[in-house]
Amino acid sequence: MKIRNRFLTEFFEDKSATVGFILFILFLIIAIAPSLFAYQNPYDLTQIYLHDSFQPPNHSFILGTDEQGRDIYSAILYGLSTSLYVGIASTIFSVAIGFSAGLISGYYGGWIDTIIMRIADIQLSFPAILIALIIMALWGGGINKIIIAITIVSWVYYARTARGIMLLEKEKEYVQSAKALGMHNFNIIFTEIMPNATAAIIVIATVRIAYAIVLEATLSFLGVGVPITEPSLGTLISNGYQVLFSGYWWSSLFPGITLMVLIISINLIGDRMRDMMNPRLER
Amino acid sequence: MALLEVKNLKTYFFTKEGIVKAVDGNSFSLEEGEILGIVGESGAGKSITGFSILNLIDEPGKIVDGEILFNGIDLTKLNAKEFEKIRGDEIAMVFQDPETSLNPVITIGTQLMETLLYHNTLLSNKEAYSKSVKMLKQVGLPSAEKRMQSYPHELSGGMKQRVVIAIALLNNPKLLIADEPTTALDVTIQAQILYLMKKLSSDFGSSLIFITHDIAVVSQLCDKIAVMYAGKIVEYGSRDEIIFDPKHPYTKGLIACLPKLEDSDQKRLYQIPGIMPSLLHLPTGCYFKDRCELADEECNVYPKKQLLGERILFCHKV
Repeated sequence: MKIRNRFLTEFFEDKSATVGFILFILFLIIAIAPSLFAYQNPYDLTQIYLHDSFQPPNHSFILGTDEQGRDIYSAILYGLSTSLYVGIASTIFSVAIGFSAGLISGYYGGWIDTIIMRIADIQLSFPAILIALIIMALWGGGINKIIIAITIVSWVYYARTARGIMLLEKEKEYVQSAKALGMHNFNIIFTEIMPNATAAIIVIATVRIAYAIVLEATLSFLGVGVPITEPSLGTLISNGYQVLFSGYWWSSLFPGITLMVLIISINLIGDRMRDMMNPRLER
Repeated sequence: MALLEVKNLKTYFFTKEGIVKAVDGNSFSLEEGEILGIVGESGAGKSITGFSILNLIDEPGKIVDGEILFNGIDLTKLNAKEFEKIRGDEIAMVFQDPETSLNPVITIGTQLMETLLYHNTLLSNKEAYSKSVKMLKQVGLPSAEKRMQSYPHELSGGMKQRVVIAIALLNNPKLLIADEPTTALDVTIQAQILYLMKKLSSDFGSSLIFITHDIAVVSQLCDKIAVMYAGKIVEYGSRDEIIFDPKHPYTKGLIACLPKLEDSDQKRLYQIPGIMPSLLHLPTGCYFKDRCELADEECNVYPKKQLLGERILFCHKV
């Protein structure tokens, strides 16, 4: 408990990290229950009136409306929910897969290591967006499919880090002594060595949540992401972009700003955690 | 029947540069409750002997020949699963550096308890906890209950080594292998730990193999001593024989290296000339001949085993 408190105190010493943290918690609360904050449910067609379309920001629609008369403010809240869900879920899955794959690969070495790491290398030699595009083009859109696609492109980063840490840790004496105490390999990997690698993985995961959200937004912007019936921030930006040059700037700009603030808040947290975990940086 | 009987043990490392014969045809035995000291320079194969008993030899090393009879069971013929039951339960090991042999991110209490629970699945958490605390008290760790919640970095080196010894003794092993357990500690702590290990091994009735480069340490602690040089045991016998009446020139040299209190005229410490040959390029004949004052033609053939009463010796010049 003592250590955890010290960690939090140190974390909040940095002002920008504190701001990022507060913003992120705010986004998280909105994402969990967007209906509490929204004027209308943007998916419920009975609440949307076509004659409200393309309203500029005014007192009844504070961020304006899109071409179907949907309130942009409400749509952003629901979009935020989708974006964060995809980002966090895909990060959890890719950590689970990448972390274990990397640890196993580094611990056993040999042909297991060769297979896992060559797959990772091949994947890294293509841009992530290209791989995700191919997967989504083959499977079609959908929230679950986009989570799988993002998981497939991002497990590699965790696997490589976990493998690197494993190579370092497995030579240490506590691993030898665990062996001498009769533990079998599975336990040594997951109860002895894994806790030693968790800090680094948490830092990477925080930063990669932002990447996952951006990747999802990009895919949605390109039209292969989540369907228009369950818009994410990316879908909203894409939607508004089509009419951007007709003067309807609000329907693209506000989702864009929201995405930007979300990504910045996550990155502020990630940067701070990275600094704290890096013993070479003077604090 | 002896508790442990090692017969003609050969552990080789197959490296790119050639075969390294880290342990080359050594035999020794250990009765219940006995303490055996293995002495030698760095790289003489002492630790590898210890690791071989627990079958902890990593690639490219391999036990190529010999038998390790523990309670009549040949350990070299066990598979991985059977071995896991013996490690940490019947044979335990204490490592050289207490700074690194405890997991840095797990509390002391958890590390103790998981060792207990791992080998005794019937034990409840509560029992494991009280047993762990009791063991910490037995190794002389002050405020043991409080220490159960500590992380390794909150303890000093000597305290850590006590914890490591506690972990090793938890399951009441019949044999404890200690690989230079005092090397990383300062001298006063060394003496405490040595005394503790001797006391505990007699309290628990465990046999002890004590691996060290310090012949002064084994002379205080052990019943039997094996002197190793370049992978082979050169002299093996009871403590009194080896310390007070060394026969092999290498053993004599090791003992002559010790500073003597009564001899105040001694200006410089004695030193055995030269260094131990690389295990990759061993000379033909006796490995010690290049550093030995007595060496002659005869020494170009590796000496045969000689028996002098209980003592085993490999030298032409005795």
